[in-house]
Amino acid sequence: MAKRIDVSDLNIYYGNFLAVEGVNVSIEPRSITALIGPSGCGKSTFLRSINRMHEVIPGGRVEGKIVMDGQDLYGPDVDPVDVRRQIGMVFQRPNPFPTMSIYENVAAGIRLNAKKMKKSDLDDLVERSLRGANLWIEVKDRLNRPGAGLSGGQQQRLCIARAIAVEPDVLLMDEPASALDPISTLAIEDLMADLKERFTIVIVTHNMQQAARVSEQTGFFNLNGVGQPGRLIEFNPTEKIFSNPDEKATEDYISGRFG
Amino acid sequence: MSSTRTTPPSPAGTGRSVRRPGDRVFAGTAKGAGILILVILAGVAAFLVVEAVPALTAPAEDIPGDRGLAGYIAPLVFGTLLAAVIALLVATPLAVAIALFIAYYAPRRMAQGLGYLVDLLAAIPSIVYGFWGIFWLAPKLVPFYEWLERRLGFIPLFAGPASTTGRTMLTAGLVLAVMILPIVSAISREVFLQVPSLHREAALALGATRWEMIRMAVLPYGRSGVIGGSMLGLGRALGETMAVAIVLSVSGGITFNLISSGNPSTIAANIALEFPESSGIDINTLIASGLALFVITLAVNMLARAIVNRRADFSGAN
Ligand SMILES: Nc1ncnc2c1ncn2[C@@H]1O[C@H](COP(=O)(O)OP(=O)(O)O)[C@@H](O)[C@H]1O
Ligand SMILES: [Mg+2]
Repeated sequence: MAKRIDVSDLNIYYGNFLAVEGVNVSIEPRSITALIGPSGCGKSTFLRSINRMHEVIPGGRVEGKIVMDGQDLYGPDVDPVDVRRQIGMVFQRPNPFPTMSIYENVAAGIRLNAKKMKKSDLDDLVERSLRGANLWIEVKDRLNRPGAGLSGGQQQRLCIARAIAVEPDVLLMDEPASALDPISTLAIEDLMADLKERFTIVIVTHNMQQAARVSEQTGFFNLNGVGQPGRLIEFNPTEKIFSNPDEKATEDYISGRFG
Repeated sequence: MSSTRTTPPSPAGTGRSVRRPGDRVFAGTAKGAGILILVILAGVAAFLVVEAVPALTAPAEDIPGDRGLAGYIAPLVFGTLLAAVIALLVATPLAVAIALFIAYYAPRRMAQGLGYLVDLLAAIPSIVYGFWGIFWLAPKLVPFYEWLERRLGFIPLFAGPASTTGRTMLTAGLVLAVMILPIVSAISREVFLQVPSLHREAALALGATRWEMIRMAVLPYGRSGVIGGSMLGLGRALGETMAVAIVLSVSGGITFNLISSGNPSTIAANIALEFPESSGIDINTLIASGLALFVITLAVNMLARAIVNRRADFSGAN
């Protein structure tokens, strides 16, 4: 079930280095929110703070609040493991488990939840997830082959299938198509349009056309200089960002007149 | 500006014929080293075979023990394998646990210290392990063996009578386990640390706990490395001489009874103990047992390779 996310006064650190400062934003359920901005401005860092993957990095910590449908994700008695089970993530580089088959990759998250599931139910769920990721037809005859044997685009869709198999509330995607060819990229974009019916999607992208094509809301991150923290400069409906942004910096970035 | 002439780029298609000197030197060195290894191996094998022939053809009563060559070597082979297998069964899980702790659980400072400590174990000469085994470990284990005999005596492994000195097959195996622990855990630690963060994060992002992350991403990825390390350890355990020669109380033949004082010796320890007082056919017999050890070690290595290759396309190396 898709959920909304409210971020308030979020600061994100690597050790003593303040990487992202003062983010305030509300992310709507059943929509796609795109995050754009130049390299190094903290898009990935912000995305990873939403599912508490940021703190996996030694020294990684945050200040401020992220609330998902009323639940404070950084509350004192919240287990990050539970947060990650509710908020799925797709990484920039496809990362199927190399030692697992296609089938096992998709089933990996369900196995974690330790729910005993009948073989036939699990088969159904794997099929449903692979269909959901538009991959079923390509792999249905080789489910027991290694996931690492697929093409890059197929691997990325396998990772999406793996993420949606556990029915998360939110799906985070960090430049999911940046390592892929144009055809695979289109396949992933089509897929996102389907997925937003069921999930809240936040996508980081380098590609402004992609943001314009797929998202309802767009956030623009920027930083004033090297060593300065990144900030969310503007957050608006995608149409507005790309036609008539509030901020000069946004307009400069979008029209390519940057730096 | 400058008068030096640049060499024209070689036209495409003739790349095969253009060999840079560096490439040629490297290829030659690599090939030479490979051939050298084969020559040494063949030399050792040839020596063992030639020197073993007199024992292989001698009548049974000329062989020490009067039971023929097979009768002489069989208990030694058995003892060698038994001691090494005990060592492996004890050391591998322990080594993997230590490696996981150092790689993923210990705070960084402590991990480094522990790593050094384990590596240090590898630098201790085996004779020291032998003395440690006979003077410290063996007496300490005597009450434990008596307990095993009393409580678990119905299992043939612990049938007893429990040794009063503690110099048993189990003690020898445990000493060997400590000896191979550093190599197995060092190699395991290295492969565990090499698991790409991409795969570890994939597991964590699915909501894996640290232990689940290790089971999903680290152990499968490190599996072939752990097997490789264990096989190196097994090689060391099979060939270990001094520690076993000192610790193990030898008398008797093939038995699975691990806690009594009647144990088969191992090939290497037996050679070390018998060689000084041997001459003539006795020496050929010892060398024949050495040939058996050589074959066992080769077989173990091939087996390990087969295990590692069995699921090569799932190995994560691609
Ligand atoms: N693991 C890390 N350790 C320390 N600093 C990091 C780490 N990852 C990213 N950073 C820093 O955080 C800032 C934001 O990086 P990132 O979120 O990756 O930017 P983006 O995804 O927008 O390109 C950069 O200054 C980067 O150098
Ligand atoms: Mg990034």
